[in-house]
Amino acid sequence: MRRSPLLALYAAFVFAFVYLPIVVLVLYSFNRDGVGGFPPRHFTLRWYTELFADSAIWDSLLNSLMVAGASVALSLALGLLAALALDRTDFPGKTLFRRLVLLPLILPGIITGLSLLMFAVFAGVQLSLITVLLGHATALVSVSTTELFAGLQKLDRAQEEASLDLGATPWQTFWRVTLPNLRLSLIAAGLLIFTLSMDEIAVTFFLFGRDNTLPLEIWARLRRGITPEINAISALILVVSVGLIVIWYHLRARSLGGGSQELL
Amino acid sequence: MSASPANPRQEPPAGSAALLEVRNLAKRFGAVEVLKDISLNIASGEFLTLLGESGSGKTTLLRLIAGFDEPSSGEIWMSGERLDLLPPYKRRVNTVFQNYALFPHLSARDNVAYGLRVKKVPANELNGRIGEALRMVKMQDFAGYRPSKLSGGQQQRIALARALVNRPQLLLLDEPLSALDANLRKQMQSELKSLQREIGVAFLFVTHDQEEAMALSDRIALLRDGALEQVAAPRDIYAQPATAYTAEFIGQTNLLRGEIRGGIVTCGALRWPLDQADGPVIFSLRPEAIRICADGKPQTSEAKFRASVRQQFYGGSSELLEVDCGSAQTLRVRIPAHGPLTGEHDFVFSLCDAIRVQE
Amino acid sequence: MYSRAYKSLVSIPPIAWVGAFLLLPYALMFVHSLWAVREGVIVHQWNWENYKTLFTNALYAEVLLRTMRIAASVTLCSILLGYPLAYYLAFHAGARKELLYLLVIVPLWVSYLVRGYAWKTILGSDGVLNGFLQYLHLTHEPVGFFLYSPFAVVLMLTHIYTPFVFLPIYAALEHIPRPLLEASEDLGAGSVQTFWRVILPLSMPGLLAGATFAFVLSLGDFLAPLLVGGPSGTMIANVVQSLFGAAFDWPLGAAISVGILVITISLLFLSELLEKRWAFK
Repeated sequence: MRRSPLLALYAAFVFAFVYLPIVVLVLYSFNRDGVGGFPPRHFTLRWYTELFADSAIWDSLLNSLMVAGASVALSLALGLLAALALDRTDFPGKTLFRRLVLLPLILPGIITGLSLLMFAVFAGVQLSLITVLLGHATALVSVSTTELFAGLQKLDRAQEEASLDLGATPWQTFWRVTLPNLRLSLIAAGLLIFTLSMDEIAVTFFLFGRDNTLPLEIWARLRRGITPEINAISALILVVSVGLIVIWYHLRARSLGGGSQELL
Repeated sequence: MSASPANPRQEPPAGSAALLEVRNLAKRFGAVEVLKDISLNIASGEFLTLLGESGSGKTTLLRLIAGFDEPSSGEIWMSGERLDLLPPYKRRVNTVFQNYALFPHLSARDNVAYGLRVKKVPANELNGRIGEALRMVKMQDFAGYRPSKLSGGQQQRIALARALVNRPQLLLLDEPLSALDANLRKQMQSELKSLQREIGVAFLFVTHDQEEAMALSDRIALLRDGALEQVAAPRDIYAQPATAYTAEFIGQTNLLRGEIRGGIVTCGALRWPLDQADGPVIFSLRPEAIRICADGKPQTSEAKFRASVRQQFYGGSSELLEVDCGSAQTLRVRIPAHGPLTGEHDFVFSLCDAIRVQE
Repeated sequence: MYSRAYKSLVSIPPIAWVGAFLLLPYALMFVHSLWAVREGVIVHQWNWENYKTLFTNALYAEVLLRTMRIAASVTLCSILLGYPLAYYLAFHAGARKELLYLLVIVPLWVSYLVRGYAWKTILGSDGVLNGFLQYLHLTHEPVGFFLYSPFAVVLMLTHIYTPFVFLPIYAALEHIPRPLLEASEDLGAGSVQTFWRVILPLSMPGLLAGATFAFVLSLGDFLAPLLVGGPSGTMIANVVQSLFGAAFDWPLGAAISVGILVITISLLFLSELLEKRWAFK
């Protein structure tokens, strides 16, 4: 292995840049004197206890969980069909379809959000968690399609042919052979979509009604002023996200074998 | 200059200076000793082949000479200077890689030009040398093509040109023909041999194919489990193998195991006189050295035995017989094309064709 | 192998979804951009006024220019941070490669809001950075421009997008067959020359993909300016957001959105074109 101390130092610096704000955030969630100043003194759990008593936060968390759960279901179902369509069918406009499905991945959230807002107004639909859900699903179908498409590519076509050869109908083959083989891809995609939905704010910003999701609730408080309570909830979100992503990474590595470093 | 069991080494022909000297080279990967105390010389202009099975260490040795790995101990000298202390880009050694390693983003011409451009060779000299190199491998018409548009054989030639255009003192070839199909392989072997003769650069060629080694080399260095088993010219290594392993690896042979007692060798059903000390022995007897005995009496320099033909493999110009000498001793015999043979026959061989080998 | 029924069943729902929730909304957005606002109400008066305003009004041009500058800065900084990191992991990290890779992608999935908020608390006048500098007696007063400035926006977005830029570059570097690097050294090129002549050209598609991603998403970001940008750090998406909010001019907002959409798609096409030219198999 080659050695380059200069490069290693630079890499360490980049890592520090990426992690420092997060570390500071967590540190100050335990700081009695609040969010600023240096150095932090007086360790306290006060902000966490205040957090747990905060009913608005809990309500918004519940809303977020519901939306995230529904997003996972909807995105996986549509994404699976889209992946199958891209992998196994041909139709006029397929290229346009593929581009459109993948577009929300790279399109700024405001565009997705606003376009759907105009659609809601046009259709006369009131803004609510339902519209938020539809917004999340539209944005995240691209994620599930990509992951499931990759999983389909790794699938051995001969297995499905063997199933048909042995007398199973295409429907049975789908349930007995195709889906089980995609199990790991489905779980990995689901985890990713869940995390992204819980964190989603740009699209949600334009589609919410009376009820807040967790990011919206945090955002509202930020507009009013900074409190270490926000540090506390952020730290908790951090811990949960890290846990989920580590699980996701290992699942993906198992399902895709050697190609686990390809995210998109 | 022949090799005997006591001295399995042949040095380069007297009078030629050693271009490359490998002195007591060893290489360990963790706890595994891949190369053990290798000492070898290569003369200028020589075609030396490193022959061995996979895992024998031949590719490792090549990589040490190229500079992609560092030896655990030992030294490599070239033209009187330490080679192993230099990084690869400072060595007057170039490599033809097993899968060619052509740069996909450069045309064939730019691939060949790479080494010259890196050294900032001026444009007119550069163009001249590239043209010369491409002509040498007969690829002048393909200069503008990307590697992905070339066939395997064509890529191989470009890889060769890319290495040779730098005028190295030593060219390393890492199983360059293994990715080609049989016919193309034979053709490339022939071209490679005449190219080497023509330009006079020393070639260090790595292969696991003993036929290839025999056809191309001035000398063969047989590697086994990280150590040199025998180093000799093809004719010598074939006729006078030093060990049982060598006898079996190069060409086909019958290994006769037995003992000498009181001046008589006994190997199963075979017996003949030999004036050597008592003890266990192994002999290598090539199948083509045995023939069917027409008349009854063997000469004094010959040994005779009786065996029944178990299997017969027709090979066009010759036949390979598997004969049973009794008490579970089977020998292989190669005779000119004969016609079906059955039953028991007398076989005979010259005593000097039974080569005594070490274990 | 797949019957027509299978193929229809599989393709119709997603196509319907894409049509209803992507094509139709974009079309609606375009339609809105051709309308106007009279006395606080949207009227369906077909005209190109909004686009004319976009091109002629100096205010919008200034914001757009600033947005472009910020997006370009973010992209450049992310590459300067992300490429060497990817290079280090691909060629120097050895056995620790997998662990380090995981460490790089973890922040990616940690809430955008959380990370933006972290910078807000660090960069403010009462923030951690100023506190730290005063603690070390390097400054005696809070430094103002850390927060509520374009600098803060660039800093925050670079922080967000460095891992995004890292990913495709790392994938591209990993795909370079190692024998190519050995061949380059064999032919006389040292590390630096090998980098310029072999590694960089072959990593271009990855670099391009990452840069496009960072640029386009920075271009359309409205949250970072709201968190840390202040009045001097407003970007074009904020203008759109306010046009759909307090400044109530949906048609104009829609026109700017269409503009952003067009820029995004154009950059995507350009990037794809270049990637194809520079993808050597």
